[in-house]
Amino acid sequence: MQEALQFLSPDAEPVDRADFIEQARLLRRGSETSSRGLPLTIRALRKSFGDNEVLRGIDLHIPAGQFVAIVGRSGCGKSTLLRLIAGLETIDAGTIGFGEDARPEDIRVMFQEPRLLPWARVLSNVEVGLGRQRASADAQARAERALGEVGLDDKRAQWPAVLSGGQKQRVALARALVSHPRVLAFDEPLGALDALTRISMQRLLERVWRDQAFTAILVTHDVAEAVALADRVLVIEDGRIAHDVSVDIPRPRRRGSAGLAALEGSILRDLLSSGEDASDQ
Amino acid sequence: MSLIEILPRVRSLRLPRADGLAQWIVPLAILVVWQAACATGWVPARVLPAPSDVALAGWKLLLSGELARNIWVSFWRAGIGFVIGGGIGFAFGLANGLSQLSNKLTDTSLQMVRNIPHLALIPLVILWFGIDESAKLFLVALGVFFPIYINTLHGIRTVDPQLIEMGRIYSMSDGELFRRVIFPGALPSIFVGIRFALGIMWLTLIVAETIAASSGLGYMAMQAREFMQIDVVVLSILIYALLGKLADSASRVLERLTLSWHPAFQKQ
Repeated sequence: MQEALQFLSPDAEPVDRADFIEQARLLRRGSETSSRGLPLTIRALRKSFGDNEVLRGIDLHIPAGQFVAIVGRSGCGKSTLLRLIAGLETIDAGTIGFGEDARPEDIRVMFQEPRLLPWARVLSNVEVGLGRQRASADAQARAERALGEVGLDDKRAQWPAVLSGGQKQRVALARALVSHPRVLAFDEPLGALDALTRISMQRLLERVWRDQAFTAILVTHDVAEAVALADRVLVIEDGRIAHDVSVDIPRPRRRGSAGLAALEGSILRDLLSSGEDASDQ
Repeated sequence: MSLIEILPRVRSLRLPRADGLAQWIVPLAILVVWQAACATGWVPARVLPAPSDVALAGWKLLLSGELARNIWVSFWRAGIGFVIGGGIGFAFGLANGLSQLSNKLTDTSLQMVRNIPHLALIPLVILWFGIDESAKLFLVALGVFFPIYINTLHGIRTVDPQLIEMGRIYSMSDGELFRRVIFPGALPSIFVGIRFALGIMWLTLIVAETIAASSGLGYMAMQAREFMQIDVVVLSILIYALLGKLADSASRVLERLTLSWHPAFQKQ
């Protein structure tokens, strides 16, 4: 909580912000009635690429504002599931619903690669995230605010090429946040970062999620990361949800605490026991 | 430090500095050796006139107005031919890079034509156009077309597909996607094409003017040969070298201005 309060800047809609935090707290108690985030319901979802059936019937409900981590071996279909949720692939069978009509700018994705335009300065790259509202008068102010949220105010006039990997990824996060999405999907966003940068980025992700109360879906291969951040961890095997584990450890969570370690161990055991024969990594 | 951070464009506007002088050391040394070789009589003036004689011939031609007129004519032909050929090449590069249909229809034909050395068309071009201006413009345009076409096409094809996907996610329209993602991504490759094309532009023009022209630098050199004015012949060749260098420098400045985001153009 302290972290979140510290994070409030005076010019950044203080009233709304406090409201978001309150809502986020309600959501974590399981309330779904009113929220910034959108709930997500997936029924009998299937997806094949050629003869290869990647998803074989996914049924899943994610309450609004929940932080869900999806883990699994590589090739298990977790990234495909995320791309389907984000609308980047077409659905073969089944449905994905967001409870109400979601606008394109309500759902944002962050990838392992920052995907910044190298020929646009940092601030313009963030403005790209406004989607169709790019032309609005307050576009620049909103982009500046989003940059401030990820702590990169001073880099706005830089070219992406001069930033470090972690800074580029924070610009990508600002670009995803600037339209105030209600669902934010992360496809291994920290996979290419070094260990220390990863930890500070994890803290940043948790902070913005608490602050803005969007529904977060994090695909990761790092089980420790999943249990540290998520309310709930889904283990996917062979295109199906094999385990659905809720993480009832109060936040802020202390990295390396016994509770987290035990949970991480049990999820890892699930992952390993089921796929002993799969030897692709 | 802070000024540079606030106004990074100022830095890119500045022309090359210290290395700008260093690159002229070798040409100057050659001039000095050349002058010395002629002055001592080691190289006979019939074979190669001294640089001072060449400069003198240049001065005379400059006073008569002939030099300026011929340079202008050549410059004009080169420029117009470049704009026409480059423009068409760029248009085809865009069309074939962006549209599968256009690519299927025209790329094979263009690749076939590309394999004909364009200077081999000179006899045909003389039959078509005579020794008119259009003959020279046609040849220059044809020569310039292919490097620009191929590099524009290549530039567009190799734009990072992840960036294009990103543009689509953030609801960019087709026009916006082209303006903000595809064109800037293709620009470095387009500049490679432009610099190739500039070389071919001069080469084509010189050959065309030497064979079929009644004005221009190539014509001036051929006339001088008729009258055994070897100093004027050498002068024309030196002017070609200078014009070529000038065109290359101009494209470099343009590159520096438009690609200031590129790591290769950022000096910290």
